[in-house]
This record gives sequence, structure tokens and C-alpha cells, in this order.
Amino acid sequence: MPIQQANWSPYDNNGGTCVAIAGADYCVIAADTRMSTGYNILTRDYSKIIQLADKSVMASSGFQADVRALQKVLEARHLVYQHQHNKQMSCPAMAQLLSNTLYYKRFFPYYSFNVLGGLDSEGKGCVFTYDAVGSYERVGYSSQGSGSTLIMPFLDNQLKSPSPLLLPAKDAVTPLSESEAVDLVKTCFASATERDIYTGDKLEILVLNAEGIRREYMELRKD
Amino acid sequence: MFRNQYDTDVTTWSPAGRLFQVEYAMEAVKQGSAAIGLRSKTHVVLASVNKANSELSSHQKKIFKVDDHIGVAIAGLTADGRVLSRYMRSECINYSYSYESKLPVGRLVVQLADKAQVCTQRSWKRPYGVGLLVGGLDESGAHLYYNCPSGNYFEYQAFAMGSRSQAAKTYMERKFETFTESSRENLIKDALFALRETLQGEKLTSSICTVAVVGVDESFHILDKETVQALINEFEIAGEEAPANEAAPQDQGGDAQAGAADQGPTDQGVAPMDI
Repeated sequence: MPIQQANWSPYDNNGGTCVAIAGADYCVIAADTRMSTGYNILTRDYSKIIQLADKSVMASSGFQADVRALQKVLEARHLVYQHQHNKQMSCPAMAQLLSNTLYYKRFFPYYSFNVLGGLDSEGKGCVFTYDAVGSYERVGYSSQGSGSTLIMPFLDNQLKSPSPLLLPAKDAVTPLSESEAVDLVKTCFASATERDIYTGDKLEILVLNAEGIRREYMELRKD
Repeated sequence: MFRNQYDTDVTTWSPAGRLFQVEYAMEAVKQGSAAIGLRSKTHVVLASVNKANSELSSHQKKIFKVDDHIGVAIAGLTADGRVLSRYMRSECINYSYSYESKLPVGRLVVQLADKAQVCTQRSWKRPYGVGLLVGGLDESGAHLYYNCPSGNYFEYQAFAMGSRSQAAKTYMERKFETFTESSRENLIKDALFALRETLQGEKLTSSICTVAVVGVDESFHILDKETVQALINEFEIAGEEAPANEAAPQDQGGDAQAGAADQGPTDQGVAPMDI
């Protein structure tokens, strides 16, 4: 009998793109709402973003079943933290927790590509970017998912000062205003939607600042 | 209660068919400082007396949030109560994780009761020395349960436990028929009155009591000291007789508020380390 290969994979890629940009006193986290499998669309209206704590928002692309499982684990762990410490987790603390949770499944990973955005303990915007097994770094901006190869170089070009490409980064966060950053995000997704078949339908934007959290939507091309 | 030869082991029956160790555990609950609970159709209020050992120490925490929809007040060995609260929180979190919905209160108290029962039937364990008043809301409405060290539990309209709790029970026995339809404010007022009964003449101030509420559109939370003191002043319960009828406090509250406002800052019972 000829050698057989596995024809079943526990993973699937539901596509989509996520972006986060940190500012002096705000953070923008955005993701498209298209969920696909292969060349088919499963739904045009699925949120990849979740608010884990007062000042922490996570956007994840990849295999949405693993994403949802990861979200539930983090939500439960946050409740435990609140009971023990009588306060919400800070964004840097949540960042470490996410890293540890991902590495916990190092040998059967969550197929989840995450960006965590929020405000740090000083009220400054922070963005953390991850790979599937928990390697993470605090950055001024990041994108993950199927459109990230199209968006990341564009952000490097537009957000020059927090870019790590001029080593070291001149600013930790972008000097742009909140509305400028939101416009930049919309531009990113409009462009990515043109060339990435897995990105489109609708864009969900969350803005986190001292006043609280704000949600915004923008239509994207549906083809 | 006097010592006898059948009370050493929790797994030894007495000839009269009693487990003395379990009954002694229930005694521990009676020795703790008072905690009360009352329930209406839409809200549950828990209140407790917080006595500090000395003026230098902080108060014992007796009311715990278990989940957004459930809270618990304890009396007796507070360390046992803390451990059981942690268990309850863990159960609520696991249920939410699995079913993405809130753990019904009735289910939680059964699990708690079964956990307590285990300790009455193992020779290497001892019963938990804490009584728990579990108050919460679920799809079937507002509930108040009392879990005791024996592993028994009952649902109540109102209940009091701990030292001098009988005084509070007497007050609530008179008023309990009004509780179901009671408003949130009146329910809290009745809780404070009942709590005051357990103080036997000592002045009721927000520094020696804790009040917590959970309701249909209200997550379980402990009221802060200022709110509680304002309620105490408003209802004029600080040191005066509980009115025989409902109408009296409403009238008195208005004109006495100017005088009662002084009482807040001058309360003498605040420990330096009050958290």
C-alpha cells in the first residue's frame, strides 16, 4: 500500500485582517468583518475584535474557532484576576497573559494571529503584536492576517517616527491625532480590500481613550 | 452544650442519632458577627456587621461578590468562608465558560451543600465552620439561600445569622410579607433596620456595617460608605426606635435631614486602617 498522507487538518484559515495603531492618549484597533473558508464566504458580518478589559482590546485573525476559544480563556482568566486583585487588568499585564496562554499550547497552537491594543497605566496608547505561539513585542502600530503584507509596509511609510525601521524608533507612538489615525486605518483597509480577496465587506473600528471606548463601522468592497 | 463521649469524631453518631461535630460547627456560625439577607421580587440585599478586633485593625470582609448576579455574606470562621467564596467564583466562571450563560443560583447552592456534606462524612476532615447567605438573580427571579455547615440549605424570603441574629429575625418576621413587592430603597432600609436590631442599642454607622445589593438591572456590588451613611441618616436609624408603621420615616426624613447631616463626619468608630 502506498504511503498515505493526512487528509484531515484540525485547522482552517478564515482569513481577514487586523490593524492597531497607538497614539499619545488613544489607541485604534480595527479589523474587517469577513469570514471565509477557501474561496467561499461564510459570513460578511463577523467581529474579530473583543474587549477583554477596560483598557485592553484584542483583534485576531486566523482560525476563528481557535480565536473564540482563546477569547473565552482570556475572559475567564480576567475574571479570576479581578476577584483576586479587586481591579481590572492593565494592558501590559493582559499582554503577558496572552503570550503565556499562547505558549501554553506550543505543541498544538491556537491558529490565531493577534494584535492587542489599549492604554497603559500612564494613559498612553500601546499596541502589542503576536505570533501564533506567543512571541510578542510592544510596538507603535501593527497589522496581522491575510492583508498584513499589504498594510504593514504602507504603515511603515506613513507612520515614520514610530517605525522600528529607523533603528531605534524615534517615537514610541504616532504623533498623529485620533481622527488622523482613524482615517489612516480606513485608507489601509480600503487599499487592502482591493487586492486581498479575504479582506472586505465591512470594517469595524474601536477607539480607546481616556473617555472610554467608541465603535465605528465603514463599508468595504464586497467582491 | 456540654462535652460528651460521642463528639470527638465527625464520623461518630451519638445514641440519639446526632453528629455533634456538625452541630458544634453550626455553633461557630452563631458566634460570628451578624449577617442578614432579604429579597424582593427583583432585588436581594445582603448586609453584615463588621466588627474590628481593635481600633488599630481593619475590618473583616464578610460579603463577597461571586459573579455579576450572585453575592454571598458569611458568618462564622471567615477563613472557611473565603475559601468557599473562591470555590463559588470558580464554579461560576467555569459554568459561564462552558455554557456562555449565568450559573443559576439554585445550582450553585446545591454544589456548595454537597461540598459541605462531604466534610461531614470523612474522618480526616472537619465541617466548614461558616454559614453562607447566598443572594442572587437568575432566569427564575431573585433568590436568597442559607447554606449551613451540615450541608443543608433552604431558600428564604429573609434570614439572619450570627450573634444576636434573633433580634433581626424578629424584626423581619414582622415585616417580611411586605418584602416581595418592596422597592429597592425600602428593601435596603429594612436591611439596615434589621441590622441595627442586632447591635442592641449601639449606634449604627457605615463604618461598622457593609451593605450589598443585586437586582434585575444591577450587578452585585457593595455600596460605598458614603452611600450607606447617607441612607442611614435619611432613614434616621442611627439610634432611634424603629417606627411601628411605614409612614413615620418618610415624614421624619425630610425635616430631620438638616440635623442628621452632622452625624456623618463625627462618627467615632472609624479604625485608622479602615479600607
